[in-house]
Amino acid sequence: MISQLETAPHPETLRRVAIEPISRVEGHGKVTLLLDEDDHVRQARLHIVEFRGFEKFVQGRPFWEIPVMVQRLCGICPVSHHLAASKAMDQIVGVDHLTPTAEKLRRLMHYGQILQSHALHFFHLSSPDLLFGFDSDVAKRNIVGVAAEYPDIARQGVLLRKFGQEVIRITAGKRVHGTSAIPGGVNKNISKEERDFLLKDIYQIIGWSRDAVHLAARLFQQNLDLYNSFGRFRAHSLSLIRADGAMDLYHGGLRARDMDGRTLFDHVDYGHYRDHLGEQVKSWSYMKFPFFRDMGPDTGWYRVGPLARVTQCDFIPTPFADHERRDFLAFERGKPDGGAAGATLGYHWARMIEMLHAAELIKELLHDDDLLGADLVVTGERRERGIGVIEAPRGTLIHDYQVDDDDLVMTANLIVSTTHNNQAMNEAIRQVARQHLDGRKLTEGLLNHIEVAVRAFDPCLSCATHALGKMPLEVELLDAEGSRLDAVTRDLQGFC
Amino acid sequence: MNAPVEAKKKLRVATTSLAGCFGCHMSILDIDERLFPLLGLIEFDRSPLTDIKHCGPCDIGIVEGGICNAENVHVLREFRNNCKILIAIGACAVTGGLPAQRNHLDLGDCLSEVYLTEPGLENGLIPNDPELPLPLDKVHPLHEVVKVDYFIPGCPPSADAIWKFLTDLIAGRTPKLGHGLIKYD
Ligand code: SF4
Repeated sequence: MISQLETAPHPETLRRVAIEPISRVEGHGKVTLLLDEDDHVRQARLHIVEFRGFEKFVQGRPFWEIPVMVQRLCGICPVSHHLAASKAMDQIVGVDHLTPTAEKLRRLMHYGQILQSHALHFFHLSSPDLLFGFDSDVAKRNIVGVAAEYPDIARQGVLLRKFGQEVIRITAGKRVHGTSAIPGGVNKNISKEERDFLLKDIYQIIGWSRDAVHLAARLFQQNLDLYNSFGRFRAHSLSLIRADGAMDLYHGGLRARDMDGRTLFDHVDYGHYRDHLGEQVKSWSYMKFPFFRDMGPDTGWYRVGPLARVTQCDFIPTPFADHERRDFLAFERGKPDGGAAGATLGYHWARMIEMLHAAELIKELLHDDDLLGADLVVTGERRERGIGVIEAPRGTLIHDYQVDDDDLVMTANLIVSTTHNNQAMNEAIRQVARQHLDGRKLTEGLLNHIEVAVRAFDPCLSCATHALGKMPLEVELLDAEGSRLDAVTRDLQGFC
Repeated sequence: MNAPVEAKKKLRVATTSLAGCFGCHMSILDIDERLFPLLGLIEFDRSPLTDIKHCGPCDIGIVEGGICNAENVHVLREFRNNCKILIAIGACAVTGGLPAQRNHLDLGDCLSEVYLTEPGLENGLIPNDPELPLPLDKVHPLHEVVKVDYFIPGCPPSADAIWKFLTDLIAGRTPKLGHGLIKYD
C-alpha cells in the first residue's frame, strides 16, 4: 500500500529531504521525504503550509462586497471565486435564474478563464518538463528555455493565454480581479466593437487549441510506458454535470463515480453538498482532506479537475473537443493499468481538451446577440443562505455563506478545487517516490519527478488556503550545530 | 579595456510571492508577447517560473505580497541582500493589502473557526506539525522589514504599468508611471 508512506514509524531515525518551495506551481507548498540509511523512502508528504482564515475575516462584511473580495484569494483564477461567490449571492438575493444576457456574459468570462488558466499551466509551467524531460537541465527547464528551443510553442502559449485574459478584461472590466458579476446578474454587457475584437482571433485560437491537444497527446504517446505508469493510482472522482450528462463548467449537479466507474451519486443538487462531502484535518497540512461521507476518510477520497471531468461526462457539447474526448478515452483502454484516462499525466491531455472546449464555447457565445442585451439584473426575495458551486479550472469549487438581516455575512465555508485533490496529490507523490526515488541517491532531477507529479494536478496552492497569510517555507530554528529545534513559537513575530 | 565586443549584459531579475495572491505575477505575464523582447534584456533568477529555489545576486528583485510569517521575513531578507534594486509590487506588498484584513482579529480565533468549529468536519484539530510554519499575529507591508527602493501600487498594477516601469529601469531612466498608469484598485 502506498498509503503506508504517509507516516513512518520512527521518523526521528530518518533523514529528511525537503523540496521547498515547489516551483512552477501557483502558490506555495513543499514536499518532505524521510529516508532510511539505504535511501529507501519511508515517508512522503505534500504539505500545504499556508493557512486560509478567509472564512473568519469575511464575517461581518456586507454580502455584496464578497464577490470582489474573494477574488484576492487567487490571482490566477480570480474569475472562479468571483463567480462562485456571485452564484451564492444570487441565492441570497432570491434569484434562481439570471437573465440570458447575464448568464451568457458570466459564462463567457468563465470560459475565458478556463482558456487562460489551462494555457498558463500547460505552456508556462509544465511544458518544460514535458518537452525537455523530467530530469533535464534545471537552467533551461522553464518557459525561457521553451521560448529558445520551441519558439512557436511558447508563442502560441503566450497568445492563447492573452486571448483568455482579453475575454476576461472585456467581460469583467479588468484582466485580474474584475468586478462585473453582482448578486442577481452582471453590471455591464459588451459592445459590438468588443465582440468583433474577440471574434477576429477566435478561429486562430481554436486552431491553436487543437494543436495543443495533439501536442499533449503526442507527448503522452511518445513516452507511453513512463507517462502511463508515472504516479498512477486508482481513485474515485467528482465533478459537476449538466442535466443531460454533458460537461458543463459553469453549472450543474454533482456526479461522483468510484474507482471502477460505478456511479456513487448523480445530479445531486449542490446545495446538499454537505450530505455527501466531509473534511478531515491532518496535523501536518493546513489544507483539509475531503472525502465522500458514505465511505469515510480512509477510502472515500477522490480527485477533481480536468481528468475527472473529461472521464465523467457523457459527452462534451462542442464537436472538436468531444472528438478529442473520445480519442482520449479510447487510448489504451482495456489494457491492465493502461489508458490515459486513469494516468496522473493524463491530466495534461484532458486539460488541453477542456481548453479546446472553452475556445469553442467562446466562439458560440460570440455569435449570440444576447451578449449585447440590456437586461442585466433580476431581484427576488432575500434568503439567508447561499451556496455557489462552479467547475474552476482545477476542479469543483464550493462557496457557502449565511447572511443576517443587516446584510452582513455571518458564516462562510469554502472548499476550493485544489483541496479536493489533496489526498490524490499525496498518493501521486508517494507512488513516484516508490517508483523513481526509492533506494537511489537523490539528485535535483530525481526530486523534480516529485514536482512533476504535483504539477500534473495544476494545484493552486494560493487558493488552497489563504488570507491569514501564506507560509511558503518552514520556520526552522537551528541550534549552533545546525540541528533542528522543535521549539517554534509565536514570538517569532519579533522580527524587527 | 579591450574586452571583446559582446551583447550588453542581461539584467538578472528575481521575483517572489509572499503573502499575495499571485495576481501581481499574473499582471507581469500580462505583458503578453512583449515577454519575448524582454527576455533579450533580462534573465530570471529565482521566480515561480523557474526551478531556482534561492535568490542569488541580482540586479532587480520584485516582491509581491506582504509579510505574514517569519519565513516571509527570511525570503524578503534574502531578496534584499541579493538584489540591488528591490521593488514592492501591488497593494499587498505596499500596504499589506487584503490579507491584512485579519489584523484586527485574534489568530487563535481564526484557527479554531476553521479547524475546530466549522460544520462538516470529521475531526477537530489545529495543524501543529513542526513542518508547518506559524503565522505572525499581523500582516505587515514590506517596508516595515527592509528598505524598499520602489513601490508600484494597484491590485494588481496593470501590465502596462509594469512594462513602463521595467523598461524605464532597464534603460537606466528613473521610472515614471504618470497619469493613467498609477491606479490603486
Ligand atoms: S496586490 Fe492584489 S493582485 Fe497583487 S498579490 Fe495582492 S491581492 Fe493579489
